[in-house]
Amino acid sequence: MDLFEYQARDLFAKHDVPVLAGEVIDTPEAARAATERLGGKSVVKAQVKVGGRGKAGGVKLAATADEAVARATDILGMDIKGHTVHKVMIAETAPEILEEYYVSFLLDRANRTFLSIASVEGGMEIEEVAATRPDAVAKIAIDAIDGVDEAKAREIVEAAKFPAEVADRVVNVLVTLWDTFIKSDALLVEVNPLAKVASGDVIALDGKVSLDDNAEFRHDWDELHDKAAANPLEAAAKEKNLNYVKLDGEVGIIGNGAGLVMSTLDVVAYAGENHGGVKPANFLDIGGGASAQVMANGLEIILGDPDVKSVFVNVFGGITACDEVANGIVQALQLLEDRGENVSKPLVVRLDGNNAELGRQILTDANHPLVQRVDTMDGAADKAAELAHAAK
Amino acid sequence: MAIWLNKDSKVIVQGMTGATGMKHTKLMLGDGTEVVGGVNPRKAGQTVDFDGTEVPVFGTVKEAIEKTGANVSVIFVPEKFTKDAVIEAIDAEIPLAVVITEGIAVHDSANFWAYAGKKGNKTRIIGPNCPGIITPGQSNVGIIPGDITKPGRIGLVSKSGTLTYQMMYELRDIGFSTAVGIGGDPIIGTTHIDALAAFQADPDTDLIVMIGEIGGDAEERAAAFIKENVTKPVVGYVAGFTAPEGKTMGHAGAIVSGSSGTAQAKKEALEAAGVKVGKTPTETAKLAREILGG
Repeated sequence: MDLFEYQARDLFAKHDVPVLAGEVIDTPEAARAATERLGGKSVVKAQVKVGGRGKAGGVKLAATADEAVARATDILGMDIKGHTVHKVMIAETAPEILEEYYVSFLLDRANRTFLSIASVEGGMEIEEVAATRPDAVAKIAIDAIDGVDEAKAREIVEAAKFPAEVADRVVNVLVTLWDTFIKSDALLVEVNPLAKVASGDVIALDGKVSLDDNAEFRHDWDELHDKAAANPLEAAAKEKNLNYVKLDGEVGIIGNGAGLVMSTLDVVAYAGENHGGVKPANFLDIGGGASAQVMANGLEIILGDPDVKSVFVNVFGGITACDEVANGIVQALQLLEDRGENVSKPLVVRLDGNNAELGRQILTDANHPLVQRVDTMDGAADKAAELAHAAK
Repeated sequence: MAIWLNKDSKVIVQGMTGATGMKHTKLMLGDGTEVVGGVNPRKAGQTVDFDGTEVPVFGTVKEAIEKTGANVSVIFVPEKFTKDAVIEAIDAEIPLAVVITEGIAVHDSANFWAYAGKKGNKTRIIGPNCPGIITPGQSNVGIIPGDITKPGRIGLVSKSGTLTYQMMYELRDIGFSTAVGIGGDPIIGTTHIDALAAFQADPDTDLIVMIGEIGGDAEERAAAFIKENVTKPVVGYVAGFTAPEGKTMGHAGAIVSGSSGTAQAKKEALEAAGVKVGKTPTETAKLAREILGG
């Protein structure tokens, strides 16, 4: 889960990373009181989970409370690279900035550990700095058990060649930022820019935080979830504990196992090349078990997607054999019809694996008018694409 | 000979007495796996009956090893307790720990991986969030269906469970030496490279099938390894060509971030290393068949 800037700011503050004051609002009028609390001037910052908001006009200075209301009026509702601005942060104006640095901690998949990245060239995308001036970017591996103490932080500061006069302050930022990273089960904590201001202080002016969804069991993250941004189908699927991602095509996909479903999307996209360019409408993994209940829940989400013109159910029977899966599909359709759902889109079903023959026979015997059986994955994908194209 | 698992492997199950552990212990026994014990401190001293096979429950992994000579542990404990279970297995220096549990926090995986390193990497960890490992006809550890293929001369390594099964099934007439599911999490114990090296050294393996998916750069690194070290033919498949950027596709590690982790980049890297890469699982199986037939 990626956080908004204001959520990252709050998290940093909680762990004593130096930040400026700021509060989030969602109506223009609220900008007035927030700005007055900051002494009558503020920065109005669009809260979107995408880079480049400054260039898009999403960050404005306000010299008075009235001006803050006007700027918030402009920014709220603005579209930044496809993201609608629902909230703005009213932040303390930064003191005069002398230098901009970059620091982050993140997961290093390749080395199966954590990594610190630091640079005295902050303020722009770190990838850009790494590409143009690789020697200006220090990367230091962090042992997951030893973590970052003052000595490790000092090693990072030296590797990145921070000026001596800010070294102690940057060490403090790194130690508190590491505390944020560990205690929040983060995959990324990034401060960019980390600013040296006229007073000599070093302050985190903007930050990015990404948290590990698998760790939610030991945190209280309810308030961090961005309910406004969730696609309604994705939100409905989440309610039912389904692993669903909405895509922009026409062929609804249900399968068991993440890898098989990803593969199914690809095979459908290839097949679509011969059928008017139809594409997969979603990712939906109903898991290894593929019970009737879960199948029904999955079908309900997919059939409720107006973009879907045909459905491809692609199941490999392993521990749960194909006869059970076939019964599950037949029962799921019955369940949906009993619930009064509109089941009117064609389903192509491919069953393979354990007891495939038995499972196929069950589908043949059920003789459901909407269900077609195709016994190979590539063939079934082709049929589903053809049906979606015909219905378009 | 196969890799890492054979008929002499003595297996204990951490989390055997839970619902998932019970179900799969029964299946593993049915496939001929020598399950010699379970571990649960609260049920130590009891035995569990699996269709006439009495399996004792021990309080700790260490005790289970001492009493049974176990050399493999398979871990089914819930995700909140998995880190502790893996660390216990590492402390007991069991040679192989297979972590089936999914949904483990990545900080926990990073932690037990670092711990394994500090203890000298005496325990090979497979997973987490993986289907396990099977040497058909000899032993099956994890949740891979035991009856979809037969013993043979293909080695298989895969990030994905169901794609493993699909491939084992498509090539069931040829059969497999060992199939290992390494899992799709961001941090895993055993990598494609580890499996490729083991299959290269295994006299019972003639061809290797490698299945990857979007996310990270494990496939690219595997490609570099193949180029330098693998002389046996390798056939590859990569899932996730149509996955959009920034969306996690089921597996915690299956995500394209910016231009990194794309299926296209992985396919190109593998092909550059001389690996034949199939467009679909069926086509991949066909490529393997052609190489072995010719």
